[in-house]
Amino acid sequence: MISLQRVTKRLGGQVVVDDVSLLIAAGTTHVLLGSSGSGKSTILRLILGLLQPDAGEVKVDADTERPSRSIGYVVQEGALYPHLTVARNVALAARAEGWEDARQRTRLRALAELAGLDGELLDRYPAELSGGQRQRVGLMRALMLDPPILLLDEPLGALDPITRAELQTQLVRIFGELRKTVVLVTHDVREAFVFGAGITLLNHGRVVQHGTFADLARRPASPFVAEFLRAQAPPPEMTREL
Amino acid sequence: MKATLVLVALCATALWPSPAPSQPSAIRVGSKSFTESYILGEIVAQIIDGAGEARPERRFGLGGTGIVYGAIASGDIDVYAEYTGTIAQAILKTPAVTSVEPLRAALAPLGLTLSGPLGFENTYALAVRRDAAQRLQLRSISDLAKHPTLRAAFDPGFLERPDGWPGLKAHYGLAFADVRIMEHALTYPALANGRVDVIDVFSTDGQLARLDLVLLDDDRRFFPPYAAVLLARRAVAERFPRTWAELQGRLVGRIDTATMTRLNALADLDRRPFADVAATFLGDTARAPRAARSGRELLTPGRELVTLTVEHLELVVIAVAVAMLLGVPLGILAARRPRLAQVELMGVGVLQTIPALALLAFMIPLFGIGTVPALVALCLYALLPIVRNTHAGLASLDPRLVEMTTVLGLTGWRRLAWIELPLASVTIMAGIKTSAVLTVGTATLAAFIGGGGYGTLIVTGLALNDVATILRGAIPSAVLALAIHAAFEGLDRLVIPRPLRGGP
Ligand SMILES: Nc1ncnc2c1ncn2[C@@H]1O[C@H](COP(=O)(O)OP(=O)(O)O)[C@@H](O)[C@H]1O
Ligand SMILES: [Mg+2]
Repeated sequence: MISLQRVTKRLGGQVVVDDVSLLIAAGTTHVLLGSSGSGKSTILRLILGLLQPDAGEVKVDADTERPSRSIGYVVQEGALYPHLTVARNVALAARAEGWEDARQRTRLRALAELAGLDGELLDRYPAELSGGQRQRVGLMRALMLDPPILLLDEPLGALDPITRAELQTQLVRIFGELRKTVVLVTHDVREAFVFGAGITLLNHGRVVQHGTFADLARRPASPFVAEFLRAQAPPPEMTREL
Repeated sequence: MKATLVLVALCATALWPSPAPSQPSAIRVGSKSFTESYILGEIVAQIIDGAGEARPERRFGLGGTGIVYGAIASGDIDVYAEYTGTIAQAILKTPAVTSVEPLRAALAPLGLTLSGPLGFENTYALAVRRDAAQRLQLRSISDLAKHPTLRAAFDPGFLERPDGWPGLKAHYGLAFADVRIMEHALTYPALANGRVDVIDVFSTDGQLARLDLVLLDDDRRFFPPYAAVLLARRAVAERFPRTWAELQGRLVGRIDTATMTRLNALADLDRRPFADVAATFLGDTARAPRAARSGRELLTPGRELVTLTVEHLELVVIAVAVAMLLGVPLGILAARRPRLAQVELMGVGVLQTIPALALLAFMIPLFGIGTVPALVALCLYALLPIVRNTHAGLASLDPRLVEMTTVLGLTGWRRLAWIELPLASVTIMAGIKTSAVLTVGTATLAAFIGGGGYGTLIVTGLALNDVATILRGAIPSAVLALAIHAAFEGLDRLVIPRPLRGGP
């Protein structure tokens, strides 16, 4: 379970997260939706403990001594270490935990299978992979220690539409299989629709509306919500043509 | 900054046992880095050897007065040839005291003593061509005042020092038709060719023996007396009384200006090794001096190159290794503490602005002369590129990659060793490479404080005004710099992870 109660965070003299409350039940997938600069990434950093709130409280069911065991973190383009092979990148957290090589290898194979990554790629360096492959490696690395919580910050942001759609479907399947508490950040309304049972729409660091996609579409809390959804919807003529 | 200095010093002394206390039976003979001083040092060394009471240890070419006096004051050398004027003005700062007795008394509390005057003075003097001297009846400097149409060429030093041209002009009321500034070595041909009529010289300059020149008498006593004497540590003179007596007996009053001029000419103009020149003098003044066994001078060129290369490499490798051991952690510290970084980088930067020779001179009171102070100075010089690049490499890492280390549970040394240092390795190695190549060059200055290496030849060559000797030191030094650069390119392949290396 993840809970934020009336959390406020200032960065560089500016309120970036403004009185945000959020409750995410264990085992569910939740989407933080909002345009760029609305404070989504900062909320993930608060959950990760990389930042401390200026006001309010962040509570996470996690091993406070070793958060790496409890929370996996995936970011855009993977943020892989260029000097390490894929296998080394993925196994970093396990190495820090002192896992034996054999155990690391077994886990690597299982993760490659889960993430749909060709096993041959494990010995390559990140620069030798495609964007989609790097994203899969980033996911594998986050899952190495099998943490109950998974945070994803625009994981598909840098991908071309086809790879994006393909990975989207696979992620939905993986989240279903793993039954983890997932928080996914996106600015893309359609991605929110595909993933999210629960959606939180943010604007300028404030929560505009909590709810399902249907709630947001049918009962927008403010004109901003309707405008945000409409701005990203394809025009009706285009939908007809397709 | 202070902490850095202390660290460096500690580290250097830990690596290198403090200045090796010379063996009890050795007398360490110093010299400045000009011809006359080398020759007198060599003469002293050969007399010590002949006396049989102690073994001479040669520490020649120790730069100027500051360095060589620093060395004797701190007990790193035992004896060298100095001039009364220099002792009065530069060392004791009592320019009025000029004769040996009061100088000796003033030096006694410092644990030093003086021999009697050796017999010649090495002071500024004015020289004219013999034919001109006869034609114009020039015998003394006052005679010049009667000939305002004469042209003079002076060395820049002489032209500016108050005890040079400005003072002389006022003292004698001189005026010339033309006064030019010229590099000292070039004033001789200018005078010989009749392009000028008067030049400044040192009274024992070897050139004076070869060109037909007349030194004008300082009849109104302007130039302070620069009588040559031996400056020695009193304890040593007392401990080896027979040697000290022998030195005094064979040298005091025994070297007149003509003799010293001739000896300088043998070295400067005939390119005879200092040891030979010294032996010539001793052969003239006494029967059967022992054969000269001057370490470096009698080596074959091949052996010499090997010895100097080993010495030079030793300086560079140790200095850069210590600078790495200190510089990389200092760079890491700076990257971790941005506020400390300011102070630290500024401190290391300031070190770099101290002229290398001055830094070497500062080391003498702390570490004496020889390899240790040279290493400490080189190490301090080598620090800046390493600290700066380590700091820059770490501070400019992609913050997302650094943040991810925390998320993955990599803390402390793991974060540093697995992630940060490898990612910054290209920049860090570039700093180390720069530092190593610079150190090869700077290490040639080590010879000024007896640190050895290729600089020994450069210093000797400068003293003899002999380009060939300078090149014998400068060319291997340049080659070594290239070799070190290549070696570090090789090291890059070991240290920098393959994907981070540039190129194909
Ligand atoms: N370290 C920081 N210092 C100052 N301002 C920051 C910092 N990090 C983020 N911000 C600002 O906070 C706001 C929200 O950032 P972020 O949480 O990254 O938004 P999002 O992920 O929704 O695009 C932005 O205006 C950003 O410029
Ligand atoms: Mg963001």
